[in-house]
Formats: sequence, C-alpha cells, structure tokens
Amino acid sequence: MKPPISTIGPMPMASPTPTGPVMTQTSPGTPTHCPYCALQCGMRLTAAGTGAGGRPVLTVTPRTDVPANGGGLCQKGWTAAELLTAPDRLTTPLLRERRDAPLRPAEWDEALDFAAARIRRIQAEHGADAVAVFGGGGLTNEKAYLLGKFARVALRTGQIDYNGRFCMSSAAAAANRAFGLDRGLPFPVTDVARADAILLVGGNLAETMPPFVRHLAAMRRAGGRLIVVDPRRTPTAAQADLHLQITPGTDLALALGLLHIAIAEDLIDTEYIERRTTGFAAVRASVSAWWPERAERVTGIPVARMRETVRTLAAARNAMILTARGAEQHAKGTDTATAFINLALALGLPGRPGSGYGCVTGQGNGQGGREHGQKADQLPGYRRLGDPAARAHVARVWGIDPDDLPGPGRSAYELLEALGTPQGPRAMLLFGSNPVVSAPRAGLVADRIAALDLLVVTDLVPSETAALADVVFPATQWAEETGTLTNLEGRVLLRRRAVPPPLGVRGDLAVISGLARRLGQDPAAFPEDPRAVFDELRRASAGGPADYSGITYERIEAEGGVFWPCPSEDHPGTPRPFLDRFATPDGRARFVPVDHRAPAEDIDERYPVYLTTGRVLAQYQSGAQTRRIAALNEAAPEAYVEIHPDLAERLGIAPGERVRVTSRRGTAEGVARISTAIRSDTVFMPFHWAGDARANLLTNPALDPTSRMPEFKVCAVRVERVPGAAA
Amino acid sequence: MSVLPLNGHRRRGRVRAPRLVVVGNGMSGSRLVTEVRARDPEIRITVSAPGPRPPYNRVLLSNVVAGTSRPEQVWLLDPAWYERHDVTARLGVAVTAIDRETRTVIAADGTREPYDVLVLALGSEPVVPPIEGAGRAVAFRTLDDCERILAQARTARHAVVIGGGLLGVEAARGLAGRGLPVTLVHLAEHLMERQLDAEAGLVLGRTLGRLGVAVRTGATVTAIRADGPGHRVELAGGESIPADLVVLACGVRPVTGLARAAGLEVDRGIVVDDELRTDDPAIHAIGECCQHAGTVYGLVAPAWEQAAVVAGLITGTDPTARYTGSRTVTRLKAAGVELAAMGETRLTEDDAEVVRFSHHRDGTYRKLVIRDDRLVGAILLGDSPAIGTLTQLYDRGAPLPRDRAGLLFPGLAGADAAGPDRIPDSATVCRCNNVTAGRIRACWAAGARDVAAVVAATRAGTGCGSCRADVEGIVNGLRARDAHQRDQEREEVPA
Repeated sequence: MKPPISTIGPMPMASPTPTGPVMTQTSPGTPTHCPYCALQCGMRLTAAGTGAGGRPVLTVTPRTDVPANGGGLCQKGWTAAELLTAPDRLTTPLLRERRDAPLRPAEWDEALDFAAARIRRIQAEHGADAVAVFGGGGLTNEKAYLLGKFARVALRTGQIDYNGRFCMSSAAAAANRAFGLDRGLPFPVTDVARADAILLVGGNLAETMPPFVRHLAAMRRAGGRLIVVDPRRTPTAAQADLHLQITPGTDLALALGLLHIAIAEDLIDTEYIERRTTGFAAVRASVSAWWPERAERVTGIPVARMRETVRTLAAARNAMILTARGAEQHAKGTDTATAFINLALALGLPGRPGSGYGCVTGQGNGQGGREHGQKADQLPGYRRLGDPAARAHVARVWGIDPDDLPGPGRSAYELLEALGTPQGPRAMLLFGSNPVVSAPRAGLVADRIAALDLLVVTDLVPSETAALADVVFPATQWAEETGTLTNLEGRVLLRRRAVPPPLGVRGDLAVISGLARRLGQDPAAFPEDPRAVFDELRRASAGGPADYSGITYERIEAEGGVFWPCPSEDHPGTPRPFLDRFATPDGRARFVPVDHRAPAEDIDERYPVYLTTGRVLAQYQSGAQTRRIAALNEAAPEAYVEIHPDLAERLGIAPGERVRVTSRRGTAEGVARISTAIRSDTVFMPFHWAGDARANLLTNPALDPTSRMPEFKVCAVRVERVPGAAA
Repeated sequence: MSVLPLNGHRRRGRVRAPRLVVVGNGMSGSRLVTEVRARDPEIRITVSAPGPRPPYNRVLLSNVVAGTSRPEQVWLLDPAWYERHDVTARLGVAVTAIDRETRTVIAADGTREPYDVLVLALGSEPVVPPIEGAGRAVAFRTLDDCERILAQARTARHAVVIGGGLLGVEAARGLAGRGLPVTLVHLAEHLMERQLDAEAGLVLGRTLGRLGVAVRTGATVTAIRADGPGHRVELAGGESIPADLVVLACGVRPVTGLARAAGLEVDRGIVVDDELRTDDPAIHAIGECCQHAGTVYGLVAPAWEQAAVVAGLITGTDPTARYTGSRTVTRLKAAGVELAAMGETRLTEDDAEVVRFSHHRDGTYRKLVIRDDRLVGAILLGDSPAIGTLTQLYDRGAPLPRDRAGLLFPGLAGADAAGPDRIPDSATVCRCNNVTAGRIRACWAAGARDVAAVVAATRAGTGCGSCRADVEGIVNGLRARDAHQRDQEREEVPA
C-alpha cells in the first residue's frame, strides 16, 4: 500500500523572463485559472508594463496552490496572456444589413437594436423556434446559465444546444444511466497519484492537458501501472507500461472482452456487485458472447495483452478506469462508456476511495457548461427539461408559468444541419463556438449557416464562423471578466478579472442582457453582473443533481474551490459523491447490457483507410484563440496527416509532401508526417485548422442514438499525394 | 416470394404479426432469435430445442473443463430473457417433423406449431468412431458432456483424450491443468492437421508435453476395454494405456435428419443459398447444420454472420443481405498455449511466398503464407504481439508492407533509444513548451549552468514534467563535456 499523496510536489518554476524572480504564493497579481482546458490550471497574472495601444501587458506564472496543476503549465498556459493583445482582436460591433455586403463597424446600440428587431421579425413570421441558440463549453457557468434562460424565457425557443454535445455527451449519458449523476471525475484529480493501476481509454493527456501527466507520473513513480488504449502511440501512450494499439472504432468490443476475462478468471468483486449494484446477471450473460479471442479479432489487441490488463486492474488495491474522447466520440460512444463502467463496477471500483471510473472532461468549462441549461434537454442544476417537477422549480425561480417553458429541442449537429431548411431555424445566436471548423461534416455545416436569414456571433476574435455573421459582438475574455467554471473534478473555481477590457468590448452577459431588454424582458431578470447571475444560478440549481446553492464566490476564494453538490453554505462540498450511495433511486449503480457494433462507416475498396482525428499540444479546439499566438503557431503551424511508413510507401508519399484526404463528405489537405506511432490502416489529422485544412470536412456526423454525439473518431478515407505539390 | 419479407404483412395492414419458428437453441439459433427481436419487436417467435437448458457458449466449454469458467458463466441468455422479450421458448420439447404442406413443425409431444418462416439451427453431433467399447468414453460436445467429464475427473488418476484436433487439444490441456495426467492419442501424423503444418504440429506437441499432456500421434485406437474400476485404451500394435476417464473428440457431423425427412436437399449439410435459404423458400438453415457453397463451417463466427443475414432478411431490415462465405480463424483456447491458425497454412514455397520463424525450445512457430502481396494463411504459435494485426490483415485481404520481417516482429524497426547526449538539436525535448535540445544547449552556451537555470530560461519541464530526466541528461552531458575539455586543456599546458 502506498502512502496517500495529497498534492503533487511543486516543480521548479520558470520565471516570466529568463532572469526574473521565481514567483511564490504571496506574489502580487491576480490569482486565476487558465483560459483553455478542463484542468483549469491555476495561474497568476501580473502587470508588466504597457504594450501596443496602451494596453497593459500581463505575465503568467503558475500557481502551486492549485492541486490540479501543482505549479505546472503547458505552452498554451504560459502564452495565454498574449491573446489579450491579439492584433485582430474585435473591439467594436460589426454589422451588415444585407448578406452580400461586407461587415462594417457599428455602435453597440445600433447592433443590438438591429439584432433584436430581426429576431422579432423572424419569430413573428416563423414562430419562436425559428431562432436558435448555440453555446459553448468554454463559457462560464454564469454565461451558460443566462444563455439557457435567455433562450427559454426571452426567445421562448426550444432550439438551444452547444458544442459540449461534441465533447462530453456520451460519457455524460453513460454516467447518468449507471450512477444517476454525471460528474466527470467523481473524485479529486489528486486521487490519480494514489492509484496502483489506471486504464486510460482514448485519452492523450500529455498533449491535451499536460500537467495532468504529473499525477500519472507520481502514480508510476510509486509503483503504479498505466495502461493506455489508443490507435496511436501518442506521447501519453509512450509513457504507459502497456499500450493497447486498438483498431479505431472497436473500444466497445475491447471493454466487453475485458469484462469477459474478468468474469472467466473470477477477478470480479462479487461482494461489491451484490451490495452496491443491480443488473449484473444480464451483463454477465451478454459478455459471454465476447470471449477474448473474438474481441482480439475485432480490436486487434492480442488476448495476452487483454489478460494482462484485467489482471493488472484486478490486482491493484486502487484502480481507475478513465475514458476520454477517443472512446466517446462515436455513434456508439454512450454504450462504449457504459461498457467500461460495467467493467469498473464488476471490479468494484466506483464509489471506493482512491478508485473509480471517470471521464476526463475536455473544454475549460466542459463540466459546468453541461449542467446549467444550454443543452437542448436540460434545465439548471442538471435538471431534465422533461421532468415536471424540474420545470416547476425553475419556472418559479424565473417567475414564469411552467407551461411557458419550451420542450427539448434538437441536438447540436441536428440543429446545425437544420439551419435554413424549411423546418429549421432561420436565425442563430452563437456564443463561444466556431462550428465551421469544429462541427462534423463542416462543409455542410458552413452551407447551412450560409442559408440562415440571420447569424449573430459573439466572440473575442473574428473566427471563421464570425466571418459569416450578420452581427458580430466583441466579447471580453477570461482575464477581463469574472466568473465561475467547474473543472474536470467537479470543483467550482473562480476566474478573476485582472485587466479592464479594451474600449468598446463588453461581456457575453452584457450581450444577452442587452438583447433580452430589447425583446421586452425585465433588465433585472437578465443582469450583466456575474455575481448576480451566479446567485440566481444557485437558487435555480438548488435541489437538483448539480446543486450549487451552497457555493459563493467568497467560499471559492477561501477554500480554493468547492466540489458540487453543495446544498447549503455550511455544507463542505462533495469531493467523492459515491462513497455511500449512488445517485440512483435505490442508491445502487446500474449495470446496463450493451453490445458492440461496427463503425457507422467502415473501410472498403474506395475508402480503404481509417481516419481518426484529435488534438495537438500547442493548439486548442478550432484554433480561434491559439492560432493567434506566435509561439504556438511556431510549435504547430499547420495541419498534418500522420501516416505509417508502410502505408506511405504503398501510396508513394514522402515526409513533408502535401497529401489530400478524401471521405464521402469532403476533401482536406495537410502535410505528410510519416510515423510508426500510428497503425498502418489508419491516418490521423488534428482538427485545429481552417479552410482546406479542416479535418472536420471529412468526419462522419452519424449520431449516437442516446447522446447524439457525432462519430468524430472514425470514418473511412482515401489518401493521396497532391499532384505537383512539393513540401 | 410469397412470404418474405415478413414485415410486408404489416405494410399491407395485417391483423396478426407473422410467425417465426426457430428449431435449435444453440449458438446459432439463440443468436438468430436475439438478432430478430432486436430488429423487430412485434414478430411472433417460437424457439424449440430438445434440451431444457438456456443457450450457452460452446466456445467456453474447454474453459469449463479446465476449471477456469464455471458452468453458470457460459450462459448466453439469462433464462428470464425469453419472457422479457416476448419469445415463446419450448425448451426440452424436441421437434420431430416438419410438415411443409401446412407449414407446421410437429413436436415429440404431438403439438403442432405453425410458421410463416422456419429457421433450422440444428448444429452438429459428435462423430463416434467404430471402436470396440466406444460407449465407455465421454464425448466432448455439450455442457452435459462437460459435467460428466468433470465428475469423472474428480477421482480419475489418468485420462486419455482420443482425437488431436482443436477440441481434443483443448480438452487435454484443460484436464492436465487440473493436475490430471493426460495422454492425447491422435490418428494423424501431427496434431490439428486440418489447421497446422507438420512443424507447427510438432512444436504444439512439445508445448503440450511441457504442460503435462503426453502426445501420441500416428496412433490408432482399436478398443476401449473395462479394466477393474477404470478402462484400458488399446492401440494398434498391441500397446495399451490405462485410463479411468476417456474423452472422445473425433470431430462432428451436421445434424440433418429432420431436414432430410422433410425432403429438403441435403448433402454433407443442409444445402442453402446466399440467403441461407433451403430449397423450400420458407425454410432457412444456419450454423453447423448447413452447407453453403460446398462448405460446412464448424466455427461460431460464420454462424453468427449467417444469423445476422437471415435476421436482416426475415425482418425486412436488410433485404439485400447476402452471405458470401467466411474467412475462418482458428484460435486455440488453452491456458499457456497461444495458437492462431488461419487460411491456407500448409502451402509451401512451391505454391506461395512463405515467411517463417521457428524456435522449438521456446514453443514458437510463426508462418505467413502470402500470395499477390496478400496474407492468405498464417500460423502463430507462442505469444505473438502481431497476432491482432495479422488476423486483421488476413480478414481484410489488405496489401502487406514490403518489410515481411516487421510483420512477424513488430516494433523491431521502431526501436530507437538514443541517450540524452545523442538527442539531435532539432528534436523536441519538452513537448509541453516546445523546447528543443538545441535550445537547451544554446541556453548552456549562454551561461546557464544547472537544470534550474535552464528550466527558468526555457520553461522546459514545467508542463507535465516527464522530460525532466532528458533535460538533466543533456545538462549533465554538457557539464561532463566541458569538464573533459578543461582536463584536456590542462594536460596540454605543459607541452
């Protein structure tokens, strides 16, 4: 048994300049969190003179008092402040009266009046649902909450969803089904270092949230074993004790095979199954059909490696199974996550201190963003829109009749696909997202957006989607505003304003408030002040699964964050929610039988290679932010296609040559990177770039029947050299 | 077609759901029933089988014999499934005849069950060779057989397994794993001769020998005689082996009597077309009882592919589904013996390109048979990290890379372990902060003299922290180089 490790020891820290002093916790400046991923690394922002246009320049130093990063930052974090002074930062609203006119600068009142008038007209002509709202997992809790309220109360539209549908929805659906509650990691991230074995399925943490690897490394230093499932030998897989280089789209078969082995070798925790779960008999019968040799043939993982995996997990005193987008972004993502939860339950992991199942949330507020009502079927506090009691509670907080709340609307891709069609929305308000780059089948999505009568975009920078808008509102960014986010552990954190925004720039809350007022709402019901919004969010979430009612800004500051659920101000918060019971009616976790099926689109003669997509360290999501930072562009300048040497040889492709990748939905281009890190039947493309370099021109929008997650992680393509093009 | 697809009834505003009768509830029949029910919640389904047990996974029976699975762990459906899914299960009532005129199956108890579509999934039965005293042996085919074997194995002191095919080898290995001395007697000159070449059979025999199975190939059993409380297995040539448990694993043959009596076309198996239809269009046959394009399959994967095709056809969910044959991969399930065999394994250099590696002492034998740059056969004996990749290359008929050795030894080409001082300047050391080895060396050249100073200047190691060892290695290498240079300069001074 290993001693408990409460935090990761601090690393020697870099100073902002090569000769500068090392910062300590008592340093001046504003303590806050990184603008990017769900790890929400703690950082401190310090003024360091004045830059172009008289704007204050901020330097970033990592905080050692935030356990998630323990003094670490990746290059995105270190350079985060550069976005504050991005040369093409939006500082004035933009407007065009006609689709064929160029965007021109406008006054705030003019732009708000214009947008509100157009919204009124479209709704008068086509009904409330003719206006859609699309949010993002990077928005603060306050913004996500107010956006959901705005849609349902001010617009009275059911057509609201957000890009988190493309991130967390499969794992969320699976966790709700099994545990009655979806909190990405139902334990503090520091528990990772105490584990003896971790199975990480489809996650490349060394690139997507590098400081997380400190927890994995601490686990391994103490003798723990890391097993990574990934079609690529990613920097994360390269650090693993065992890498299962799986065929894309077959994680579900692997999970079934692993559970089969656990049962056959009697490695399951029957006492736990008896005491804390229901439904095991049906799952046991269902995995009887997945003997390991069958799973081997489907997954390509040798039986011996599967047995080693199960034995390692079963022998560990504390073990964890973590899934990420690689397992979840499939048309069967919910069932895949369920199958790994079934495995975790059979091994007796969830709800045991130091062990468990967790999903590694992606976007900065991927957790909080999925709790407070910007999702099509959801109300604040992770309440269900279809639940009469939930509707009554939230309607009371909002001062409306529950019958006036619209019902559930379309999911993200279905919403985008319907834009501008006879039955679909005619207008869309977009916040914190760039679907022209990040949505699947991006070519079609761009066409649908172009068919709208009205697109209103609120963003920091002229993103690829903002360029298509009729009205653009310039928004504040993370260091210019205050608000809460909920990190991958379910810990509610506070980002603080460190500098005033540039002249002419306002917050998303001000945009929502300004539009609501013009649509006839009481300004008091749509405040611009984040604290006022948060206080209302607390009341709206009270009694719901994600109960924030006991959380205050003061408590977050004093306690370094508060874990939800936190039902009262004297409640300590809930770092590990499942220790005594699961959030199901009977308190037991539910086994759910699931079965494997092939990818929605398998390889064939015309499209003989799998494409899988993902991320690189120096870029974030659609790249709208990171592609504007010089050091990050230097590190990751352009789209590439990772190809195994055997495949490259067969296709006559040399390193650095431009290659063209074609699926049934489109063609994208990138530079060939020849690497043995990828399977020879698969190519990989990161999805951060725009134009012809968009990997999402290729991806398959086949949707998961439960979560409505598109199949980003596997489709069939053809790869060829671009004729006549050199490196 | 008068009856199919069944949901045609519904579209014409039918009043009653169509009736599907499945005879046989083994791996094929039960698979078909679940596939049909998953696709169509309304069709009326009756499944009949002579035995009362719910369906179980025959693939796992060798685990039961080996003691690594308990009998209750091999059920494919939990018994409550039928009621929950509105399927009438007549288990324990054998079907004795098919009246094709009236589209009715007749059971042993005289009941008649009308059908619109009938699927025969009758499976196969063990071949009992014409040996005197064969009745003293236990066949190895059903869960009941397994329970008989286990009951005898508890008190037995020596077992003989007759038949060195896949099942015989698994049974012998399983019994040996229980600590029971086992002799495996096989008629052919080497084990698993249908799947393996002679050398592979030899290596497999040696591996089994180490695991407690005495292998006798080229041996003909002439009789099984009573010998006190046990038996004596007599071989041609006069030798005899004492055994108080004798297991027969001499192959199987399709069960076809019901079909033959109903006048359906039967060859070795019940003859079916690409829709798995017999010469009566209302009757399909799937699994080990059927013969498609001249082939009778004895493995589960083809049977399940067939079940999916038939389910697609009779529910109308996939009216163009066709079965076009299966590529078969045989995977031995025996603890401590990794063996996969696929395709045409016995070809030699005269007929194909052959890549081979063998290491008898290690129990390793790997053979690839290649034609037109495609893998058409393989034997992988002994733990092989390439087993998954090769199976998929075979399954897909995908073109092979030029480096054939890399197919047998993956990772051989990718091995590159440069020491920190050999890391080229252009290589990224710290991925989190995009710091190359060159920048660290430049930092040293600019005056930084320890890791902390390099880290402060470059941010290397401040992300995930996993490059710390490399950063230290490079810095230490530079320090050692400088010290070495100073020493040399000092030595050069007196000269």
